[in-house]
Amino acid sequence: MGEGLKVKTMQDFMAEGTQPEILFWVGSAGSYDDRAKKISRAFVKILNKANVDFAVLGSEESCTGDVAKRAGNEFLFQMQAMMNIEVLNGYEIQRIVTCDPHSFNTLKNEYPSLGGKYEVVHHTQYINELIENGRLSLEGKAYQGKRITFHDPCYLGRANKVYDAPRAVLQQTNAELVEMKRHKKTALCCGAGGAQMFKEPEKGDMDINVLRTKDALETNPNIIATGCPYCNTMMTDGIKAHEKEDKVSVLDVAELIANSI
Amino acid sequence: MQLTTYIPNILFVMLLALGIGYFARNVKKLIRNIKLGTETDTAGDNAQRWKNMTMIALGQTKMVVRPIAGLLHVIVYLGFIIINIEVLEIIIDGIFGTHRIFSFMGGFYDFLIGSFEILALLVIIAVVVFWIRRNIICIKRFLKPEMKGWPKKDADLILYIELVLMFLFLTMNATDLQLQQMGADHYAQTGSFPVSQYIAPLFDGMSMATLIVIERSAWWLHILGILFFLNYLYYSKHLHILLAFPNTFYGKLKPNGQFDNLKAVTNEVKMMLDPNTDPFAAPTESGGVEEEPAKFGASDAMDLNWIQLMNAYTCTECGRCTSECPANQTGKKLSPRKIMMDTRDRLEEIGKNIDKNKGEFIPDGKQLLDDYISREELWACTTCNACVQACPVSIDPLSIIMSMRQYLVMEQSAAPSELNNMMGNIENNGAPWPYNQMDRLNWVNE
Repeated sequence: MGEGLKVKTMQDFMAEGTQPEILFWVGSAGSYDDRAKKISRAFVKILNKANVDFAVLGSEESCTGDVAKRAGNEFLFQMQAMMNIEVLNGYEIQRIVTCDPHSFNTLKNEYPSLGGKYEVVHHTQYINELIENGRLSLEGKAYQGKRITFHDPCYLGRANKVYDAPRAVLQQTNAELVEMKRHKKTALCCGAGGAQMFKEPEKGDMDINVLRTKDALETNPNIIATGCPYCNTMMTDGIKAHEKEDKVSVLDVAELIANSI
Repeated sequence: MQLTTYIPNILFVMLLALGIGYFARNVKKLIRNIKLGTETDTAGDNAQRWKNMTMIALGQTKMVVRPIAGLLHVIVYLGFIIINIEVLEIIIDGIFGTHRIFSFMGGFYDFLIGSFEILALLVIIAVVVFWIRRNIICIKRFLKPEMKGWPKKDADLILYIELVLMFLFLTMNATDLQLQQMGADHYAQTGSFPVSQYIAPLFDGMSMATLIVIERSAWWLHILGILFFLNYLYYSKHLHILLAFPNTFYGKLKPNGQFDNLKAVTNEVKMMLDPNTDPFAAPTESGGVEEEPAKFGASDAMDLNWIQLMNAYTCTECGRCTSECPANQTGKKLSPRKIMMDTRDRLEEIGKNIDKNKGEFIPDGKQLLDDYISREELWACTTCNACVQACPVSIDPLSIIMSMRQYLVMEQSAAPSELNNMMGNIENNGAPWPYNQMDRLNWVNE
């Protein structure tokens, strides 16, 4: 625990006979992907700082099945969902926060009819809540004078109409927020959704992430902010394709906030 | 009075009945074809549905997202609806042999005719701009591969018909005005003609008899044109003027990101996870009629649900979906508009097959998958919902793509191999990558 992160599992809470305020659904990317793991750690740093009594499922968490569903494998999705629901209901989970808009969407919208009814929030919404409730305060120095443009993840934005929370949180960094020409409802996908993350794209004349980073670079930003581990990968690769990795960095909202506290 | 006096009236009633009758026949066929789709859950807040229909279809709120096309469309739409009040008068006049029966309204009638004329002029302007956009400026979304041939002709034809109808309307009024000024029998002084008064001078110096022939011809051609247009709808993308209403009513109420959970799958998964079921048990006989094993997903039009089929008939091929699609923008084959057009074409083909075979579909060795929509198109989708967001009449091309992917994966195990690897990993390790489930918390200490 180099950074001294405090992370308790549901089993720990169970042993103590207490319930956490909220469950942090880490997701497969947040657990295994090298880049996304940094986002998980940044988010925990925020939770620790705000003294949030949270839990993770640890080895009891399994893939939500979202990506299988988008690939057309409804069987595998529902198998995963029902196994996860058994675990979540067993622990009487009420509220879930996640850094992955895909997990957010499926837990919030697709689990209820299979028996998993929880209040699900995206980490940008949760951070916003912590700030509004005065549980988290920012120094707001780290990014002063920087230009940040926010890329709307499809499964947060168009899919669930969450457009304001990430922007409200970013405002707190005191950076200058600049919008891409297509943003919010008309934001272009990063190219990872619908299971594309796990396959080569079909034949075409350009990769989607390269086109989307072009949108972002047109705002002349120092930082491209995202709220999704898959968008993060795609935008990072896109920046490399444009040979701008020295000038522009891609960071999750959680990382920007963790660096500002 | 001879019977011959009534010939125009009789002819009019016959043509009207024919026009409306043939249209009704096609509407019946349309409904039958839509009902070839499977049942789907339409439960949900009805108040919200009415609101959506009012806002989106009646109020054109999603059309004006693109201001130029939106404004022009609103003009044509309003023109179409309001000028139809005039059609009501034409029908009454035609049946009873009257002339401008509504003229008893006096000043209000003048106002009505005046506003119809101004709208007609605006419609002409809008239609001309539409034609220029398609044929001279050549806006990209109107020139995609799926727009070659009939779709292109259909789009232009609609504009020509609208143009002709408006000119007939104004000619009718212009000659009427001339006749009124001459004090011709039957042509009482009524109406105001802010637009056609400028056309009227073209008919200066003509005899009363010639003017009456022109006025009557324009009147007849106008109403016949409208009856023709009504019957053209079924064969055209222009059907959206009717279907936009039910389609927005039945549009998705749930969040865009929420995809339906297949019930047939839920039942099977529950059985598999239930420790009490004997995996080696023979299928139960006690249940009476054994249920046919459900087909997962869609490979043909009838496997889709009726709302998806109604979506296909509603599409007017504007291409806003395709122009917003990230796959299409980066040169992939996928075009959400083509998904809708293919679905409609296949459904029409099935409908014709049923007509030919006395109400029964005889398999024709074709299907929506592969014969119309290729796998390459289906796998290019990022499920980003840009197409759904862009559609001005609540069509959901994404749901058809998903239904067809489900068929490919669950019935044919025909996913791209990288996706099969990913799904294998989820089955074995509970993650799309080949990592150990027990390492899920390692990130904390790294």
